[in-house]
Amino acid sequence: MKWIDFTSSQTIEEAVNLLSEKNARLLAGGTDLIVLLRTNPARIGDPEVVVDVKEIPELNQLSYDSDSGLTLGAAVPCYKIYSNDVISKAYPGLIDAASLIGGIQIQGRASIGGNLCNATPSADSIPALIALSATCKIAGPGGTRDVPVEEFCVGPSKTVLESGELLVSLHFPPPPPNSGARYIRFIPRNEMDIAVAGAGVSVVLENGGVKAARVALSSVGPTPLFVKEAGESLVGKPPSDENIKIASGIARDAAKPISDMRGTVEFRTHLCEVLTRRALDTAIERANGGSANAH
Amino acid sequence: MPTKTHVQTKINGESVEFLCEPRQSLLECLRDILQLTGTKEGCNDGNCGACTVNLDGRIVDSCLVLGVETQDKEITTIEGVASPDGLHPIQQAFLENAALQCGICTPGFIVASKALLEAEPNPSEERIRFWLAGNLCRCTGYDKIVRAVMDAAGQMEAK
Repeated sequence: MKWIDFTSSQTIEEAVNLLSEKNARLLAGGTDLIVLLRTNPARIGDPEVVVDVKEIPELNQLSYDSDSGLTLGAAVPCYKIYSNDVISKAYPGLIDAASLIGGIQIQGRASIGGNLCNATPSADSIPALIALSATCKIAGPGGTRDVPVEEFCVGPSKTVLESGELLVSLHFPPPPPNSGARYIRFIPRNEMDIAVAGAGVSVVLENGGVKAARVALSSVGPTPLFVKEAGESLVGKPPSDENIKIASGIARDAAKPISDMRGTVEFRTHLCEVLTRRALDTAIERANGGSANAH
Repeated sequence: MPTKTHVQTKINGESVEFLCEPRQSLLECLRDILQLTGTKEGCNDGNCGACTVNLDGRIVDSCLVLGVETQDKEITTIEGVASPDGLHPIQQAFLENAALQCGICTPGFIVASKALLEAEPNPSEERIRFWLAGNLCRCTGYDKIVRAVMDAAGQMEAK
């Protein structure tokens, strides 16, 4: 690894100043950053300084109440999310993702905010964040701004973050009554692998019909894909097998995968239909009060 | 001028000070500076778990932690698992169940298993397999490792 300097910021202002003045990269869990510094620093702009942001209070927030929803600091490691019983109960779709990113060692350090900022098309948490209508709070030299999570990634490893900006936290609206969410992925083994394809969905039920639904896919495009039409196709209809199949077909048709060592275009396209259908089945079961498990 | 950083931390219950470069991983600090070579380097990118240590109560891959991040932390490595009276029950169970062959992955497995059994004294086989998914072994086929952890859980509970 080339020489880097290291510093730790205590406030957002300090971190923003460092990002504005120097060629700096932020360190939260480090599970992507340290690997990149070692193997491909050019991909992250050959930083001269690494700034630890784990001591900034706003990036460590983890607070939930049923009126205002969940605020998840960008540096909170995965294990803190799934170790919280109240949050686990309120956002099982988020827990699906937090508990399958890497193994226990990775989950002890890796943050959802880091997974989002790393912005790989295969990021496991992002479809779940999109399904749950999360909003990104971004701080920069000009103040703060909010961006819907589905607009955050703009290309492989590229985000809307401008020079000097950092992701502070994610905000999730409180789960509506009779709602459920789910993230699942296909990998060749049971755990510790990169998604060949993944689907994150949420549904809100009302009077036997679907009131709202969102579908997002991973690993089948240059960014995680929000397939708005797939969710909208369910609205106002009963959550029947037939309607779920139609929504899953729309998700499949929206996928724009490439063929690589992990899967072919044909296989990934097929997976999008199957994963969306299965994720919707579980999300609906959860919305009906079922306690379908992760894994 | 590049300068080294002074780090004060606690390793296996003892206060430790060392000088490291900011780019050095905790794994490099343990092995190359502190001569704690029980922690092994496998993949050096967070896949294999050979470098697993306990950092403030959570297991982490020490190849993915910078040494400078460990200021004022508490670290337990494989060297801190046995007591002066003898091997830890997990170490004993690994021996008795022949849960190792080449042994490179073993320190990581033992540190990871210890964290599991401290948090959950009686885990199911499935739980053990998921917990240890971040530790790779290319010799045993895992079965003997899982049986050793179950055996250790029984031994520890009996005490």
